[in-house]
Amino acid sequence: MSGGLVLALALAFWAAAWALNARVAAGPFGRSRAGRIFVPVLFGITLLVLWEGAVHGLGVSAVILPAPSAIAAKFAASTGLLWADFVQTVLKGALSGFVIGTAAAFVTAVIADRVPFLREGLLPVGNFVAALPVVGMAPILVMWFGFGWQSKAAVVVAMVFFPMLINVVAGLATAERMQRDLMATWGASYWQALWKLRLPAAMPFIFNGLKIAASLALIGAIVAEYFGSPVVGMGFRISTAVGVLNIELVWAEIAVAALAGSAFYGLIALIEKAVTFWHPSQRT
Amino acid sequence: MKRAAPVLVVLLALVALWYAASVWMNSTWVYDQAARAGQSPSLMQVIPQTMAQERPLLPPPHQVAARLWEGLAGQAITSKRSLVYHGFVTFRGTMAGFALGIVLGVGLAMAIVRFRVMDMSVMPWAIISQTIPIVAIAPMILVVSNQLGIQGREVPKAIIASYLSFFPVLVSMVKGLRAPDQMQLDLLKTWGASEGQTFRKLRLPASMPYFFASLKVAVAAALVGTIVGELPTGAVEGLGARMLLGSQYGEPLITWAALFASAILAGVLILAVGIVERLAAQRMGVRA
Repeated sequence: MSGGLVLALALAFWAAAWALNARVAAGPFGRSRAGRIFVPVLFGITLLVLWEGAVHGLGVSAVILPAPSAIAAKFAASTGLLWADFVQTVLKGALSGFVIGTAAAFVTAVIADRVPFLREGLLPVGNFVAALPVVGMAPILVMWFGFGWQSKAAVVVAMVFFPMLINVVAGLATAERMQRDLMATWGASYWQALWKLRLPAAMPFIFNGLKIAASLALIGAIVAEYFGSPVVGMGFRISTAVGVLNIELVWAEIAVAALAGSAFYGLIALIEKAVTFWHPSQRT
Repeated sequence: MKRAAPVLVVLLALVALWYAASVWMNSTWVYDQAARAGQSPSLMQVIPQTMAQERPLLPPPHQVAARLWEGLAGQAITSKRSLVYHGFVTFRGTMAGFALGIVLGVGLAMAIVRFRVMDMSVMPWAIISQTIPIVAIAPMILVVSNQLGIQGREVPKAIIASYLSFFPVLVSMVKGLRAPDQMQLDLLKTWGASEGQTFRKLRLPASMPYFFASLKVAVAAALVGTIVGELPTGAVEGLGARMLLGSQYGEPLITWAALFASAILAGVLILAVGIVERLAAQRMGVRA
């Protein structure tokens, strides 16, 4: 097929899919659960078709932008390599840092909540630090902890600590005066009130912090690898593959990163749904 | 004053902790040197030596402050060693990405509020886009823009920054444009207002508090994006490039000074957005 025809077909598919989506969105099917999944999925497929059509139709060089089919082929051909990188970066670096960082922030927040003086001091500082480009710490931490996954975990800890901290502190303050008084009249101890009232009330904030931390964790683990890593890992693979213009492999790694990030985020959202089923934002 | 005291105490505690950590981390090197010279120094002799090393593992606060001051005020601002110069490069990238992010975020939010099909198809992908680690794509964006013949790093940096900064604007604007309740919308309908008029006179003003709240997040995100765009990609200008330089040449002081310069820049940007917000609120007649 000639390039122009491919491009025209892709554009036609786009127009048809968009018209279908518009119809579905306006109709009763769009309000159902299946419709709410169908529309974005069709939109995503449309983007892929447009991408494929544009690459073939306009004859874009594979060095600039490979077609999705070429990326998928590369992905399938190098699953072993991608899996090793995934283990190194996501499971060893990002996940361990995420667990350590959020747990440390949680404990600090509970202590800060117990001591009002500490809370008033820590909250403005935490708010400010959470807005800083902490990712710049990466070269320093790689220097301290070496090239292994430990330095990546350290970067992730530094990145997720303060965003998580301010969310938990804010969450622990959400239980209302009336509810606390009720706990007091029942003679609840501090720990009972914390466990039965204030932690459950804080859950929406805690999950918000976890979601923010989840996307930061992957960024931190990958950036840290640009500053030194063993010869395995997603950040390492991306920077070396870009160097030799193996662009399909880069996109395959990006796909892994996207899948890992979305899965991580989706998992947290699922747990959130189960834990905070009572919250207005979860009721439909 | 009552609110400043706890903050000051926490800050002082952090500085004290920092000093303690730098004594601890830098002492290894001092002991090492002493052992080579066949001495065994006491702790009191070691501490001063941990405070003034050429290449400390963790530079103590006053060394970083001195280096920062030298970088900010000790150079001509056009000098390649001046942090003002590098800070300006980063600032320019941040502003370009911030502006692009605002346009993209507000534009998408308008379309999403207006068209149900946009809401259903684009919104989930906007959320997914933020779970993709941008740094994985950063080197790719550089290569592509190089291949397309775009010189310099301004454009790729702005794209990376806007990728991070459009999302808070989008989410807040969607919420803000939907903030007017049915009663208010009905009132405008009874007055025969067109869709454009409803948008200009009701939806847009109602969304302003949401808009400015999101700007503070977005400007910080744009700065992070710009620095990420400068870090791993071999840039030679900007605060991110300074951090990289310090790590490559084993000069931790350069990295630390650049880190704090970027913290100052972040503070100034957030403060500036706050001032703009107050001015806009005054002009629109919002009572504080």
